[in-house]
Amino acid sequence: MNKKVVIIGGGIAGMEASITLAELGYHATLLEKSHSTGGHVQDWYQLFPNRRPAKEVLTFSELRMEGKVKTINDADIIEIEKNINDFRILLRNGKLVVADAIVVATGFDLFDAHRKEEYGYGIYENVITSADLEKRFSEGKKILTHGGAVPKRIGIIHCVGSRDEKSGNNYCSKVCCVTGVKQAIEIREMLPETEVFCFYMDLRMFGRHFEELYKESQEKWGVNFIRGRLSEANENADGSILLKVEDTLAGKPLKMKVDLLILLAGFVPSGGTKAIGKMLGLPFGDDGFITPKDEHTSTNLTDIQGVFVTGSCTGPKSIQDSIADARAAATQVANYLK
Amino acid sequence: MKVEGKRLIWKDYQKEIAEDKFFYVRSCIRQTFFPGSEWAFLKIMKEVLGKDVYENPAHTTCTGIGYHSDIVPFDTTMTVVARQFALMTEAGYQNLVPSCITSFGLYTEVMETWKHFPEEEKKVREYLKKATGREFEVPKNLAHASDIIYKFRKQIAAKGKYRLINKTTGEPLKVVEHIGCHYAKMFPSKGVGGAEYPYVLTGMVEDWGGEVIDYPERRHCCGFGFRQYLVKANRGFSVACSKKKFESMAPYKPDMIITNCPGCPMFLDRWQYVISEMEGKTYGEDGHGIPVFTYEEVAGLILGFDPWDLGLQLHQVPTEPLLNKIGIPYDPFKKYLGKNGEDIGIPIKPSMLNTQ
Amino acid sequence: MIDFGYTINTDRQIDYDANDHRMSHFILSREPSYNLCIGCGSCTATCSAGNFTDFNFRKLHLMIKRGEISEVKTKIQKCMFCGKCLLVCPRGVNTRNLILTINCAIDELKL
Repeated sequence: MNKKVVIIGGGIAGMEASITLAELGYHATLLEKSHSTGGHVQDWYQLFPNRRPAKEVLTFSELRMEGKVKTINDADIIEIEKNINDFRILLRNGKLVVADAIVVATGFDLFDAHRKEEYGYGIYENVITSADLEKRFSEGKKILTHGGAVPKRIGIIHCVGSRDEKSGNNYCSKVCCVTGVKQAIEIREMLPETEVFCFYMDLRMFGRHFEELYKESQEKWGVNFIRGRLSEANENADGSILLKVEDTLAGKPLKMKVDLLILLAGFVPSGGTKAIGKMLGLPFGDDGFITPKDEHTSTNLTDIQGVFVTGSCTGPKSIQDSIADARAAATQVANYLK
Repeated sequence: MKVEGKRLIWKDYQKEIAEDKFFYVRSCIRQTFFPGSEWAFLKIMKEVLGKDVYENPAHTTCTGIGYHSDIVPFDTTMTVVARQFALMTEAGYQNLVPSCITSFGLYTEVMETWKHFPEEEKKVREYLKKATGREFEVPKNLAHASDIIYKFRKQIAAKGKYRLINKTTGEPLKVVEHIGCHYAKMFPSKGVGGAEYPYVLTGMVEDWGGEVIDYPERRHCCGFGFRQYLVKANRGFSVACSKKKFESMAPYKPDMIITNCPGCPMFLDRWQYVISEMEGKTYGEDGHGIPVFTYEEVAGLILGFDPWDLGLQLHQVPTEPLLNKIGIPYDPFKKYLGKNGEDIGIPIKPSMLNTQ
Repeated sequence: MIDFGYTINTDRQIDYDANDHRMSHFILSREPSYNLCIGCGSCTATCSAGNFTDFNFRKLHLMIKRGEISEVKTKIQKCMFCGKCLLVCPRGVNTRNLILTINCAIDELKL
């Protein structure tokens, strides 16, 4: 077959869609905005629920792509023209890519935690995000306070930028809760003398083995959980962070000092999702993610012939979800092109 | 702490503040507690900055105290506010400057209500016309008096004789800034710097040479707010709020507190005495307490006004230690002599608070 | 000292750092399943004593975890030791042993 499919977005969903399509016999071209494929998975250390290295999942995909998928990095798309029989995609460097079908896999960005003013991210040095923590894990750095000391207590805040009208995001970002529990375990393993407290509204342990991970965090690792949303974080004179929550299960306000505060930042639709969705005229939901043709039966189709969607551009997804969804999208593309 | 992080937020919360031609409305109670402040504001605006500030003696309370105590219904409040606007319109002004922060919050609330519910504005126009025959225009610009001083803080610094610096050590003074709740908490976009890290007083302190302290209970209410302390039995609740703030700021050893509300400095100043008498605890150095100032008093001191003209003798927590730190001269013998040199009486010395 | 006619309200915020955590640590070392509680309230719902008194088992041991132990000694006396809580706990916390251990803690720590 010489039908050409262009996959926009080189994250885990885009990669998996491109490989599946290539294995089905199509010419698959993957356009990635940044210098390298892999998307956000490149930034993670260990994946929930079994804490396996993120690199393994990336390598699994990269190896299968070699020689089969044409990848163009630094691909800044400025225009997409839909003709009767094909699509013409124009890149900023002047290159033109022609496609018989397009798969949009532009994914998510992390919520910018600076916007939660009251949590002090970007102001108090001992307030970091879950992504900052993953980076420290990946780089093999010691987990220390800004002052260079081993933290005696670390706080993890759930729902930062999610389920929050003030941030403009009413939805749940799905994967942050289990990420928080995973990071709590990782911290306890690295720093056995450090107490860890997770501050949550609800614990969304939706996937297989997730609830067991929660139980393990309590039973084996002694992670503490306080049900209450952080109202404000302030800095003490020594640089530690003072937290104000309500311990809702106790029915009383609670204040506690932590040496390091980790914010579990949620998902927002990426800049690429917004831009490409607009270029193609795709509908967006109230939550800003792309709405597919039917949310039960046709989650990879759009109302535009030849345009397919996959991955987090249609809503927060775990890595398992994204890989499965990408393969599903590939079958839909094959169905269309036959 | 990275101040640059705060500057990014401050950039998001900027507001329009008028340049000149202000209609000034006074506070009900401020002149009782801090008599020199409104005088200082008018003197600074008219003589130092050469601005046009007009006040009409026929203006009244905005009824904020009554409204917040559930005594005055909202319709009445809106009509009284409309009358203030009418006086402003009749005098040919469009920029309203209230002295009190609760007034500012109330005027903002009324104007926002009318924006979202225009039928309320229509109703109030009828009420006012029937009651007084007056008509009004909604002010084009509403800014609190502290916003105005904030806007002209650099000019004040330029003309100033003193800076908020400890003259012996050369270090900037450590200043706690406290914003009235009604300034930004209700409508964060109407406050300079927003509600989380307000900038209106911070900007003044920075340009006048001081250093602002960020302490954990910075946002906490001082406990004023009318409803709870009007009844004596509830006053402990108000004191507890101020006490929480003092406990939180004490480890930073602040030199002074600056505020922009009529009630806050009153509470923060007087409650230090009450806490010292009830629990024997004082804050500040050597049991002197932490002196509390209004921003007009600080601006006046920077410009070299006489401390007794500013009314500092009526502060419960003595301000002399701070005046000494800055190097502002004052005549201790003139402290309790009034305007015409008459003896206004010396207060009883408190048992715990050091007023030497 | 002057009496102005009112008292200064006490702070009811749980001050985690200032609280006494000895009881919590004592219980944890003797009964590790104490860690497993998720605060679901099944124990309190089925509790015989909780139906007729203000004895709230879930809250009691949560407060111990937070170091708020001033009322534990009196409150715990209401437990009838019937074991209904043990039957129902979804996480397998040994609730009956918790009661015994709390009583031991009260004795040994002289609280």
